[in-house]
Amino acid sequence: MMHNRPFSLHIDPDDFAPATSEEKESLVIMRDSVSFWKDGLRRLVKNRIAMVSFVIIMLIVMFAYLLPVFWPYRYEQQILGSENLAPFKYGETEQARIDAGEKVFPHIFGTDKNGRDFAVRLMMGTRISLTVGLVCAALVLLVGSTYGAIAGFAGGWVDNIMMRITDILYTIPDILLIILLSVIIRDPLKELSEVSGFGWMQRVGPNLLAIFIVFVLLYWVGMARITRSQVLVLKESEFVTAARALGAGNGRIIRNHLLTNCIGTLIVTTTLQIPSAIFTESFLSFVGLGVAAPMPSLGSLATDAVKGMNTFPHLLLLPAVLISVIILVFNLFGDGLRDAFDPKLKN
Amino acid sequence: MLKYALKRIVTGLLSIFMVATLTFFLMNLVPGGPFVAEKSISAEAQAALAAKYGLDKPLLQRYVTYMTDLLKGDMGVSLKQRGRTVSDIIFTKFPVSASLAAVAVVISLLIGIPLGCLAAYNRGKIPDNIILVLATCGIAIPSFISSVLLLYSFGMYLPDLFGLDHPILPTVGLSTAANYIMPVTALSIYPTAYITRLMRSSLLDVMGQDYIRTAKAKGLPTSKTIFKHALRNALLPVVTYVGPMLAGLMTGSFVVEKIFTIPGLGKEFVSSITNRDYTMIMGTTIVLATLVITANVIVDILYKIIDPRIKLK
Repeated sequence: MMHNRPFSLHIDPDDFAPATSEEKESLVIMRDSVSFWKDGLRRLVKNRIAMVSFVIIMLIVMFAYLLPVFWPYRYEQQILGSENLAPFKYGETEQARIDAGEKVFPHIFGTDKNGRDFAVRLMMGTRISLTVGLVCAALVLLVGSTYGAIAGFAGGWVDNIMMRITDILYTIPDILLIILLSVIIRDPLKELSEVSGFGWMQRVGPNLLAIFIVFVLLYWVGMARITRSQVLVLKESEFVTAARALGAGNGRIIRNHLLTNCIGTLIVTTTLQIPSAIFTESFLSFVGLGVAAPMPSLGSLATDAVKGMNTFPHLLLLPAVLISVIILVFNLFGDGLRDAFDPKLKN
Repeated sequence: MLKYALKRIVTGLLSIFMVATLTFFLMNLVPGGPFVAEKSISAEAQAALAAKYGLDKPLLQRYVTYMTDLLKGDMGVSLKQRGRTVSDIIFTKFPVSASLAAVAVVISLLIGIPLGCLAAYNRGKIPDNIILVLATCGIAIPSFISSVLLLYSFGMYLPDLFGLDHPILPTVGLSTAANYIMPVTALSIYPTAYITRLMRSSLLDVMGQDYIRTAKAKGLPTSKTIFKHALRNALLPVVTYVGPMLAGLMTGSFVVEKIFTIPGLGKEFVSSITNRDYTMIMGTTIVLATLVITANVIVDILYKIIDPRIKLK
């Protein structure tokens, strides 16, 4: 029959036989589908530099937040007679106590000119610097991504106006305004913190709050631009069109397609925001516009040590090295995160 | 093209105006005035001084006066350095900072670009790894840290070590060429490291393009492929970095000038804020902001001219 009618659409009925169970088996996906997070995490764990950086970050976090709790000295505690000690030396009164058979915890990094244990000051300084970095990055993420997402989703004239605002803010050299603002905002905040109901501000410290506010006011612009550009591109991409064609609603598209695709970039940008905030904070403290004494920050510890660096170089070297190491490991970890989670840079 | 250029220039001017306005009102919100700190001056004398400099007038009126004067090019007189006009001070201080920044820019470009190329050329090999590690570390060191460490090692530690009674490199001022070495090194570590990384990644990016494959396929030697085809395109991102680099150098100059006691504009800016010298704050802020904004605008426009692939919107 086939030979008689070579061009007919003769169909082999065997092709339409129901599949046997073995055939069905072979179509089952053998591996669990890898989620975005698992996939990224797998790549992150494989990245040796990023993992080492992560371990160092954890060590620094413990050094800053955990160790001062167990340390026998406090950061503002001035020990009379123990000023300007070299590492592992004791003051006269302390020596007398040791001679009397008491145990005195050694000043492993010595003391400063006011007789304060330098090790604990270094820890508190790291704590302040880290806190500034983490809180500022989180706030910037919140403000910037919301603003950028709104602009990107809305499009049209809303987007236009919102982006013109960021354009202007973006061209302003931020450090000038950061310096000005941090001076201005400090005193009103101090007054506000004395009003009842704002007592929590006392605990945080008006200076620190001023730094948070100033950083957020000026740094959200970059985050907003990144989020907007991501949302704009993703909105038009094929997989969104496909999802829409398959009947997905706006909510589902945003949650399952837009957000998952931009979250990598957001995480990376936020992580890389941390070192830049720490950088700026230490710079401000170094110029003398950062957190107020007796609270230390790594920048102010470095400034205080500049005058006596001839006799006590370790007071300068320790905070200086620590700032650089913190910025370095956060940068490296951020780079690792980008390689792992930024879908566009996959492979 | 012209439309784009005009648009960027207008945005730039708007930014400068915004900076001036913001600074003016922010500055006046700062508690304490320029004469409060001087204990020797009685209350009446303070009031008289305030009246003399027009500080007793309402804020809005002062703003209008200042802005109209500014348009005429008059930035007023310094409230602290009596008898000197702000433009006079800026004219004497600016060249100092500018020469420092210019040397730093040249050094960063001269070192950063070749290092980046070298790294990209030897991708994955030992030179690449060494350069990458150095560049990554360079990005992590703030300029105030590097300048303090330089000051310590060349001003104190090494002279002590060799038993010299004078610093190896001069540590104060900018009088001789040797004076430039430490401040410029401190200022250019970050931009050099940044440019190296930028150059490496952009060159690698370009080397993967089709036209490079074509160049290789037609038998061009590698050096010619890099210099004639790849480098020209790979340099574009570095051009855009010039704007942010200037802003970064300005930030750096605030501390570097303080540490090496260089009488420049950055030092003037910081001290004018602590002194509440209103006219000086305004003057330095406007000049510095104008500089950075102008650089950004020029770079943006140049970028579109250099790279025809970028569509003009």
